[in-house]
Amino acid sequence: MIRPLILLFWLLPLIAAAVEVREFDDTAKQERYERLIGELRCLVCQNQSLADSDADLAKDLRDEVYDIIQSGRSEEEAIRFLTDRYGDFVLYRPPLKSVTLLLWGGPLLILLSGIVFIWNQVKRRSSVARIDLTEEEQQRLERLKRNLEG
Amino acid sequence: MMAELGHLALIMALLVALLQAVFPLLGASQGVPVWMAVGRAAGKAQFLLLAISFTCLVASFVNHDFSVRYVAEHSNSALPLYYRISATWGAHEGSMLLWALIMGLWTFAVTWFSRGLSEEFLARVLGVMGLISVGILLFILLTSNPFERLMPSPVDGNDLNPLLQDFGMTIHPPMLYMGYVGLSVAFSFAIAALLGGSLDSAWARWSRPWTLVAWSFLTFGIVMGSWWAYYELGWGGWWFWDPVENASFMPWLVATALIHSLAATEKRGAFKAWTVLLAIFAFSLSLLGTFLVRSGVLTSVHAFASDPKRGLFILMLLAIVVGGSLLLYALRAPTIRDTARYTLLSKENLLLLNNVLLVTAAASILLGTLYPLVLDALKLGKISVGSPYFASVFGPLMTPVFLLAGIAPMFAWREADLGRLFWRIRWIALGSLTLGVATTALFWNLKDIKTLAGLSTAFWLAGSAAFSLWNRVRLRGSAWAGLRSQSLSVYGMTLAHLGIAVFLTGVVLSGGYSEEKVVRLTPGESVALADYAIVLKGVTEVQGPNYVAREGDFRVLRKGRETAELKPQKRIYQVQRNTMTEAAIDPGLTRDLYVALGEPLDQGAWTVRAYYKPFIRWIWLGGLLMMAGGACAAADRRYRIASVARETVISGDLAERGA
Amino acid sequence: MRYRLPLAVFLILIIFLAIGLTLDPREVPSPFIGKPAPEFALPELADSTKTLNPRELKGRVFLLNVWASWCVSCRQEHPVLLDLAKRNIVPLYGLNYKDERTSAQRWLEQFGDPYVASGFDADGRVGINWGVYGVPETFVVDREGVIRYKQTGPLTPEILENKLLPLIRQLQGSPT
Repeated sequence: MIRPLILLFWLLPLIAAAVEVREFDDTAKQERYERLIGELRCLVCQNQSLADSDADLAKDLRDEVYDIIQSGRSEEEAIRFLTDRYGDFVLYRPPLKSVTLLLWGGPLLILLSGIVFIWNQVKRRSSVARIDLTEEEQQRLERLKRNLEG
Repeated sequence: MMAELGHLALIMALLVALLQAVFPLLGASQGVPVWMAVGRAAGKAQFLLLAISFTCLVASFVNHDFSVRYVAEHSNSALPLYYRISATWGAHEGSMLLWALIMGLWTFAVTWFSRGLSEEFLARVLGVMGLISVGILLFILLTSNPFERLMPSPVDGNDLNPLLQDFGMTIHPPMLYMGYVGLSVAFSFAIAALLGGSLDSAWARWSRPWTLVAWSFLTFGIVMGSWWAYYELGWGGWWFWDPVENASFMPWLVATALIHSLAATEKRGAFKAWTVLLAIFAFSLSLLGTFLVRSGVLTSVHAFASDPKRGLFILMLLAIVVGGSLLLYALRAPTIRDTARYTLLSKENLLLLNNVLLVTAAASILLGTLYPLVLDALKLGKISVGSPYFASVFGPLMTPVFLLAGIAPMFAWREADLGRLFWRIRWIALGSLTLGVATTALFWNLKDIKTLAGLSTAFWLAGSAAFSLWNRVRLRGSAWAGLRSQSLSVYGMTLAHLGIAVFLTGVVLSGGYSEEKVVRLTPGESVALADYAIVLKGVTEVQGPNYVAREGDFRVLRKGRETAELKPQKRIYQVQRNTMTEAAIDPGLTRDLYVALGEPLDQGAWTVRAYYKPFIRWIWLGGLLMMAGGACAAADRRYRIASVARETVISGDLAERGA
Repeated sequence: MRYRLPLAVFLILIIFLAIGLTLDPREVPSPFIGKPAPEFALPELADSTKTLNPRELKGRVFLLNVWASWCVSCRQEHPVLLDLAKRNIVPLYGLNYKDERTSAQRWLEQFGDPYVASGFDADGRVGINWGVYGVPETFVVDREGVIRYKQTGPLTPEILENKLLPLIRQLQGSPT
């Protein structure tokens, strides 16, 4: 029986983390490969990177990325290979485009409005805190202080 | 019979919750004491009924009653007793019942520890909590009834997902829900105050211990979840920025902000409107998380059954609860009189800055989580937002929070003498930078700016937390008298801030210096990691209660000496035919060694994944310290009922003197 | 005004969440729509000495259906494909994705063969080049060799009648 709704709490049954032995010419390539597959999204999984997924397609795509990196081509080329075929969906780091402007700029925008909020608050709060005294009042205050100390 | 009894108790709990919602709220607005008194009795009765209902579901699991659909789908006759009990909250229906039960528990606690509150205020609090219960119970009964019978009943059940057959499952969801639902108390206090127009420092003092306890549970729940994911998933990671994790992290961030702003509201009467809004946000984000996880609008590794009917129901609940409270806020907040006076360089203002940063972080996570949905809804394409985004947004926002957490406790309320303060802390600042540079150079690599900055910040946090405590202590005659005279909330704060230092150390060092190797090993061969060698002795077959496994026998060698045995397994669960990787971990305070079996190859060889993770335990240790700090602060004498009235005068007095 | 801001933001959020309920977050639109179909030359499933090459199909509208004998939902859509083949409206080609030759051939014998020919893509490379991620998938390619539509998941009679066939007729009617 195939139930369309798989009831899960944490994860898919296909959980066995991907384990492949990969040989690289140098460690820089290995680092690039590992960083890349950690930032690319597996298409058939719920929400896993290529690195974490055990799905068949993820394995094939890891092979492709490995071939590209191992043959000395750039990371950009590996990314282009995938986005040409699957679109921006495969990138966990969304590229900066007109539609993602708000995504990348949003946090800064929120922070700035927060700082404006703080600034306005402080201006209101502290302006009342320091009460402006007239010349005469100032003199009276000084006298009072002297009396208290004396 | 059990299932019917449970169902009946659940229906009765709904009716009682309805009473709890209607009478106290009406009573409070009309001034009828008898109606208000209904709240307390109804709250207790509701909890009792929910406890009965929940026990019935547990009993159905324990007794293998496969005629109950929920049991048949998530249990099996071979499932050990221990997991049969935790299977109760292993999927959607049962976990919602747990949610309701915990809501009942918090309601019960409010009726119990509320003798210091005015009848009218208590009635409003219980009424609001009753309304939330009504919503949740209606949701369970109408869309997710766990007691539904299955006809004809199967001979055996479908078994619990193997991933959930774990200690983590027993502890993580209940703790997390204690946190989520606990925030409903602070929420209800806020709504009650808005309804009654009684937003004063007393309101903040009442809310504080509840918020602290809920926050501590939430912290513990998140820490447990992270630890569980680490050892169970076999990826060696501790945080994945998955939508479900984000759903728990957003309320945590806002609740953290709330704890701090409540302090300012209680002690100085500042930010009243803002604090109320935070209390509303914190619980709203808990509800939003529930919606996101269970409606199927987002894909997550932790997916629940997605059913549009359920999604629509929770969305309506969300709209009513959150929309209603924000509407109330829009109407009532303008009337709140906020007379606090403070300047740019004051503790108040730094707390506000902390709040803005934390809320910005939470809002950014919300933005990243929902952005793909918004683009999709506007037909602007499909994108994914994952850990690279969150990590690059989160780091810059948290750095000032960490730096502030060191210095803010030493600021005076109202107006600080900045020159004197900087003079006093100059050694802490210099010392932490020196220590940061020294340790980085000694043990790691000085060129690694991340480690340098992270460690210096950690030293700064720890140093200034200790220094600020010492500053308070030395005012007394002897150290002992000084230590004894400090309130538990001071210790709580110190502990929690130390916790950040420990956490940060773990994040920086495990992030920067972990090693991972995937190798092919035949028995007798070894893999080298840091200064360890991990040798594969052999692979044997092992029989578990409901699975068979192949177990690797690994030995950890350091400088030729054997220091540990590791036995990772690759299990096949017989009912669902699932393969599970059980990693084996050699834990340590300064490093974990982590081995997982991959695939069998020819000639008895296996692919093996091995990690060396320095200081990774410090991440959870730091979280536990934060939790302990929260619990400690909540236990402060000030919040105990009898002393409330007296303490009001004293703490107000102290605050004036710039505590 | 600023006290109403949270409510306003929340209402916008609710609207998007409500729209979100109607969307499928897992469906990935193909970036190939409106772009030339990727080239390939694959041995045919039935006869490995012959090659299937989409370039040779230029000038005609055709369908490419990605299938495999291990794919459960391919069974589900198979009657729709057989029916389409019988009606002789548009040539249907297959891409046999990551399969074994004998089991694929047996599968066609058992359930019927709606394809003019199927390319045998054993290692799945062509599949990846076409952006395949969930078998079955069906592509509509126009006379210029441009991909016009992609159906991910099994075809149903409704999708065929309401989406594919109108598009195919329109493409066949338009002058080259």
